[in-house]
This record gives sequence, C-alpha cells and structure tokens, in this order.
Amino acid sequence: MAYLPQSEDDIQRMLEAVGVAAVDDLFSHIPPEVRFGGRLNLPASLSEAALQQHMESLAARNTGTDRSVSFLGGGCYDHFIPAVVDFVASRSEFYTSYTPYQPEVSQGNLQALFEYQTLITQLFGMDASNAGLYDGATATAEAVLMAIAAQSGKRKVLIPESLHPEYRQVLRTYTANVDVTISTLATPRGRLEPETVAKQLDAKTACIVIQQPNFFGCVEPVDALIRAAHEAGALAVVVADPISMGVLKRPGDLGADLVAAEGQSLGIPQQWGGPFLGILACREPFLRRMPGRIAGQTTDRNGRRCWVLTLQTREQHIRREKATSNICTNQHLMAVRASVYLALVGPHGLRRVAHLCLNKARYAAKAWTDGTGLRLAFDAPFFKEFVLRAESETEAARLQERALEAGFFAGTALGQWYPELQDAILLAVTEQRNREQIDALAHCFACGRLRSPAPQHAAR
Amino acid sequence: MKNRYATQLLFELSKPGTAEEIFPDCDVPEDPPESFLPKELLAPEPPPLPELSEPEVIRHFINLSQRNMSVDTHFYPLGSCTMKYNPKRNDRAANLPGFVNLHPYQPAATVQGLLECLHTLEGMLAEIAGMDAVTLQPAAGAQGELTALLMAAAYFRDRREHRTNVLIPDAAHGTNPASAAMAGFHAVEVRSDPRGMVDLEDLAAKLDARTAVFMITNPNTLGLFDVNIRRVADMVHAAGGLVYLDGANMNAVLGIVRPGDCGADMMHFNPHKTFSGPHGGGGPGAGPVAVKRHLADFLPVPRILARQGGFALDYDRPKSIGRMRSFYGNIGVLLRAYAYIRTQGAEGLRLVSERAVLNANYLLQRVRHILPVPHGPRCMHEFVASAMKWKAARNVSAMDVAKRLLDYGFHAPTVYFPLIVRDALMVEPTETETKETLDSFAEALFRITEEPEELLHEAPHTTPISRPDEVRAARNPILKWTPNTDSA
Repeated sequence: MAYLPQSEDDIQRMLEAVGVAAVDDLFSHIPPEVRFGGRLNLPASLSEAALQQHMESLAARNTGTDRSVSFLGGGCYDHFIPAVVDFVASRSEFYTSYTPYQPEVSQGNLQALFEYQTLITQLFGMDASNAGLYDGATATAEAVLMAIAAQSGKRKVLIPESLHPEYRQVLRTYTANVDVTISTLATPRGRLEPETVAKQLDAKTACIVIQQPNFFGCVEPVDALIRAAHEAGALAVVVADPISMGVLKRPGDLGADLVAAEGQSLGIPQQWGGPFLGILACREPFLRRMPGRIAGQTTDRNGRRCWVLTLQTREQHIRREKATSNICTNQHLMAVRASVYLALVGPHGLRRVAHLCLNKARYAAKAWTDGTGLRLAFDAPFFKEFVLRAESETEAARLQERALEAGFFAGTALGQWYPELQDAILLAVTEQRNREQIDALAHCFACGRLRSPAPQHAAR
Repeated sequence: MKNRYATQLLFELSKPGTAEEIFPDCDVPEDPPESFLPKELLAPEPPPLPELSEPEVIRHFINLSQRNMSVDTHFYPLGSCTMKYNPKRNDRAANLPGFVNLHPYQPAATVQGLLECLHTLEGMLAEIAGMDAVTLQPAAGAQGELTALLMAAAYFRDRREHRTNVLIPDAAHGTNPASAAMAGFHAVEVRSDPRGMVDLEDLAAKLDARTAVFMITNPNTLGLFDVNIRRVADMVHAAGGLVYLDGANMNAVLGIVRPGDCGADMMHFNPHKTFSGPHGGGGPGAGPVAVKRHLADFLPVPRILARQGGFALDYDRPKSIGRMRSFYGNIGVLLRAYAYIRTQGAEGLRLVSERAVLNANYLLQRVRHILPVPHGPRCMHEFVASAMKWKAARNVSAMDVAKRLLDYGFHAPTVYFPLIVRDALMVEPTETETKETLDSFAEALFRITEEPEELLHEAPHTTPISRPDEVRAARNPILKWTPNTDSA
C-alpha cells in the first residue's frame, strides 16, 4: 500500500459521514456477476528500495547509447541535451499540472505554449503552429488529413519511398478507412527527381509529402518539388528535421503549405522512441483545419496581456464527431522541452550544431568508405545521415555485428523496409560523436573486411 | 509576486550576442556548407530565434512555472482527469540511464531488460483488464480509442461484415465520437436514462446489423457504475457488435471489476491517470489497449514476443492494423506505470480504488447540501454536482464557483461536463488526498455560498491574472509573437 494518507480514524469518520459500515458497502450496488471475486495475479508489491534495485537491474540489462557509441538515426538521434532542459522539465509546476482549463492558474503553461508556437513558426518559417502532437509520424498523418480536407474532390496523396517507412505505415493505418489513394513514388537514386514527380502530379492530387533531409539522409530538391506541386494545384507537406534548419532554407521560405516534424532532436531523450513531440505548422489559410490545442493571446479584465486555449471549436471536446481530429493532449512537457532547448541554443547555437553534424557526417562517410569495402549508396548531398552499401547482405550484417562487439551501434539495416537495399545500412552522425569514435569505427570496418567470415548472427 | 521574467516573452527578453556557447569546437576538418550542399537550399541566415543567456532562460521558465497550479502544490480535483500524486520513485526509475539512452533501432539483444519490463507490463494490464492481449503502442487515451476502432474495422472486414456505426452514450468524452469519425465510422448517440445509466430502450432501438462497436465508459462520466453493463454487452453481442470500454475511470475499480469479465471485448487504459504517471501540463500520456483473444491478431505491430533465449519484436502479423505511431510507444510513461503497479501489487491497487471511492463519497456527502448532486447520493471515484439552483436563485454560474475556488487555493473541478448535467461541476478528489484537504474544500464551497454575487462574478481575485477575454482570443487570433505584438 502506498500514497494513501488516511488514518484508520479518518476512515471510520468518513464511513460514518457517508452512512455505511464498511468501505465494501460503497461497491455493494455492483452486480455480483461482474464483481471480480479473486485477487489480481500480480507480482508482490515492492518497497521503494526494492523497486529501485529491481529497476536498476532491468536497466543494467540494456546497453544504451551512453555505454555504446551510437551512429543510429532514422528519426531518433543522440543530440546533446543541455542540463537546463532537464531541470525545467522536472519542475513540479510543469510536470504535475494538466491541461490549462483554468487559464488564471495556468498562465505558465499557456505562455510556454504561445512561446513554443512562436519558436516553431520561426524555426520553419510558417504562419502558425499548434501546441504539439504525439510524434513525427502522426503529425505527418494529420498534415495529410488536413491537406485532403482542405481540397474537396482531391483524394490522391503522393508519398515517396524516401519518406520514413514507419511514417508511411502510420499514414496507411490512419487512412485505412478513408477514401484516399496513396501512390508511392520510387526513389532509386535516394531522392525525388522533380521532372519525374511532375508527371505523377495531377488534378486529383491533394498533396505530396517531402521529407527534408529524407529518410536516407539525402537533401531533396525541395524548392523544385514544391514548385511542381503548386503548378499542379497540389499542396506540399514538408517533413523537416528541426536541426537541419540551422543550415537549410526553411520550408516556409520555399512555399511549403504544411510542415510536420519530429521534435525529439530538440532536447528530448531517446527513451527507445517515446515520448516524443509531433510538430505541425501551416500557412494561414489552413489554420482552422489544424488538429490539437492552440494557445492564443488576449487580455484579462484588467487589460493585462494573457493567454488562453483558443479556436477550440476545432476540437473533440466541443465538436465531437465533427472535430478536426480526436487528439486531446499535446505532449505538453515535450513541447516545453523543445522551447527551452531552442531558447537556450538560439540561432547561432542551432547553426553551430547543424554545421557540426554536417561536417562530422561528411568526415565519417569518407572514413568509413576508405578501404572498408563499403560505399555510399547514393550520390545525392546529405546532412547528418547517409546510406552505405556493403559487398553483400551477409557482409553488411557481419560488419554491423563486429561493430556491436566492439561497442558501436553501426547504423540500421535497411533491408527490413527496402528489399532492394538488403546490403545497405543507414548511419547517423550527430554533434555528439568525435573524430576518435569515427576513426575507431572505420578501423573496425576495415579490419572486419580482412577477417574470414564469422558465424552469422542476425543483428536485429 | 510579479516580475518581468514571467510577464515578458522570451522574444522580448532576447538580447543579441548573449546566448551560451553549448557546442564544442569541430574536431574534424571543417568546411563551409556550400562545399557540401546545393546553394539554392542553403539558408543565408539561421532562423530568427531569440538569444538569451542561461541565467535568463532559467529565471524566465522558473517564473513561468510559478504561474501554474499543479498536483505537487495544490488540491486538483479536476473530474475525469485523476489528478493523483505522482510518485517520485517512478520518475527516478524511468530516468535511469539504462532506459533513457536507448535508441529504438538498437539490436533487441541490447534492450532485454526493457523488453522484459514492457512484456511484464502487458501481462499485468491484461490481468487488470481481464483480457488476453495488450499493445502498449498508443500514445494517449484518444489514440488508444482510435487503435481499437481501427482494429474493430479490420475485424469486421476480415469477417466480410459491413458495419458502419459506432454507438456512444451522450455522457461520453468527446474523444469517443471524434475517434469513431477518424476510424471511418458514423457516430450514433445513445441516451442516458434518468438514473444516469445507458438507456436500454434507446440502445435496443439503435442496435442493428450496422452496429460495429458500442463504446461505454464504466464507471461513466457521472461517476456511476452502470449496473446494466453485462446486459448491455449481451445486447451488443447479440446484434453482432463489439463492446469497447473506455478505461478513463479505471481508478475506481482496480481489482474490483475487470472489464473483460463484464463482456467488454477491448479497452484502453490511461496510465497517466490510473497508474500515476504525471500529466505534464497536457501530456505525454499513453493509451495501452487490451483485447480479448478474438481481436489479438489485429493489434498494431510490432508485438513483443517472449521466446527462448530472450525477447524479440514481431512484425509478422498479417492481420495487424499496422502501426499507430513511430517506434514502440511512450516508454517513459509506461515505465512509470510499471513502477507504480509493482509498488502497489494486487492489494495496493484494490486499496487505491477503495480509497478513491471513499474520498469521493465523503466529499459528495460534505458538499451535496451546498451543491446538489443530481445523480447522488452515492458515487464511485467522482461525482457531478450542479450549480443550476445557484444559477436560478442568484445568477451564480458553475464557472463563477470554479473561479472562486481558485482564490481559496484549490484547482477547480471540471466544469460544464458531462453535457447531460446542467451547470456541471465534476469533482474527483482521488485517493491521495487527506480528509483535512477534503474538509477544507467543502468549507470553501460553503463560504462561497455566503459571498456576494458581484464578488463571485469577478472571481478570481488573487491569481496572476483575472478572467481572460476568450471571445477576443478567438475572434482576433494572435497565435505567435511578432515584433509588433502588443506587450500590454
């Protein structure tokens, strides 16, 4: 038993006040056929000390990116998290509060959301942002649903293979019972080609989704792609990497209609994939189709500036089945983390981290293809991730296995999503990696190649 | 306590040239981006973010935090939200480096401790639900609803049955009909009877061959246990439909009623409520879904498999609805739920519900003479009072009462929900509050009855701001700061 502050005496007095003899009497109206007569078959309760030991022993059986050198990416990255981010997010007043239903006692959360929305519009060059969604994949699905809802009669959505495979899967799940045709665009050269895309865009196309940089790490010709979409009367949904905004043009400046993004890179720990932050921003005409919470500025009765949740007639608690989405929460604490991160690093810090990623990834790509038998899969420019191909599928798996033994997470095998890329590995290099680590993995790759083939183990 | 750090925005506090140097020098040869990337895609300037020193950032956000009420600082009887104490041991456990620093694409062999923990959590939730299989993937309760409804759609497709309707009681949360619409169903409302239960006649009239799912929240949003649940489930099953239980109110019945035993085919949990994960100001939560055996094939991928030699992720589920989100789920929230259930054990969970129901009934007893509770005199973990009489007699609204409670140092109850009670005030004290706190809340309500109307209409009086003009916010939306934003 824990966290129950009533004494025996309290309980007796409360029961008397209610007018029953025993606590069980409060449940006596529940019909016996649905009462659970037994005792839940759960493990015995643990004291705080025993729980801590138990959790530590479970955690010890994981080897995280703090104990191995991680070159893993694909939508989740080992970026540096300043101490200030953890500190602010651990403030009780943020993390034990809830939805700002009472704005008078929630100004901290509301102002933080208004600041978050502003920071997101600044980051991506968009007109408006909501207060956050679950993750990058669901934000992408919601953006596509917005694009469809905004244009009657257009039910075709173009999705490139260079969009994160899991985002594509989520989009398919979300639209399983919706009248939409999803056409997949092949990207055999690692990115979209505007001329080929232009042929696929037609009057029925609601939108095209472009990930920038894309799942393979390649930089898409997003300017030409957005132009092609607009020429065909379709909307452009850009799935952007927030960190890349330190060096790449903002999607808003290139004409993107909707931006979806995974906010994990902005001060959110990897946590095996969640909780993360879905970012969704739009141009002004789409504002009232936006799902989720939005904070707006107003004044109180004394004329003081303050903030409230606004445009709530879009939302489920008011509109029920006519709402723009069923989403209720906004991953608020993750949005606060992103705000603190952006406020702390500022424009120059963001540019710095982007340059570090870019240069280290470039250096790593060179080091890892020098005498290792590995080669770059695509000749397109890349930002912080890239795809390497080995001489065979077996060789790729063996190199990853060897690297793991040497203490490296050497990327993600792509064969699980791309049958034609069975011999390929996606690797990411963030500002957290140093030259010594990159060189050591290069050495590991080079030595691995010389050795006779070891017995096969599936890496995943 | 007022100072400019709280009332000014980050952008107004910004001072160029003051941001911290956080990142290291480059230890590989450094070239300008134009040597790597196409010039037409390069930004001439970084985004126009604010620039602040670390002390300024901290002072700003800590001052902001102090403009919130929270569970750790105040009684927060926000009905339907289960604002119980969030144990600190759970945070410490979930923040262990061996959990926080895991990448979702690490080899399964390197995350065996986590997989065991999650697999055990699935089993514990299945036991509490009285069901057979669980997915931890959904990111929130609303996404859990959507997951289950998409599964129902796939289930009927698999059986070659064309069913279009989801029946939902009028007392339900707005997420229920919104989820039904998102899953491609038509939402059909079912009335509540005068006692607050599902109206069986209306249900019978609306059940037919088009019915895919009946969604029921039990205990319902009036804080009542629908005693007809078994009969309702039988009626839905007889019409060929599935029963979905919205587990929002599981805090009332842990170890006392199992939805699976009531005939529910599927349900979601809200671990951030029932299992004490913090609410984070509005997420992250999680929305694990438990189902009976006949629906297990449709659960999202991946599933966690326990097999000889360790745990693995299984993607080979041909009937699965697919993925609901990237990666696996809101792990940080799920670890806290695991730690909570391991702390409580079977006895502890039952006591949690007993005390939650005792606290709510005691508070109901203390306030019903002040504010009538139309569906009283008993309740489960929460109750819905009505300010209708105050409104008629003194023109004092539920909102006035809620606002005045803030001045007494209490977060307000949920107001104007559920929609079927006029001038509703929905009160959920939770089990982690003392009798003294409940007494002082009741006393505050009593004192409010004696206060002049004008004082109540103008409440709150002691909070950082007075009532905001919400109409103005919606009519003239200002959704971001710009250099000309009014800083009044």
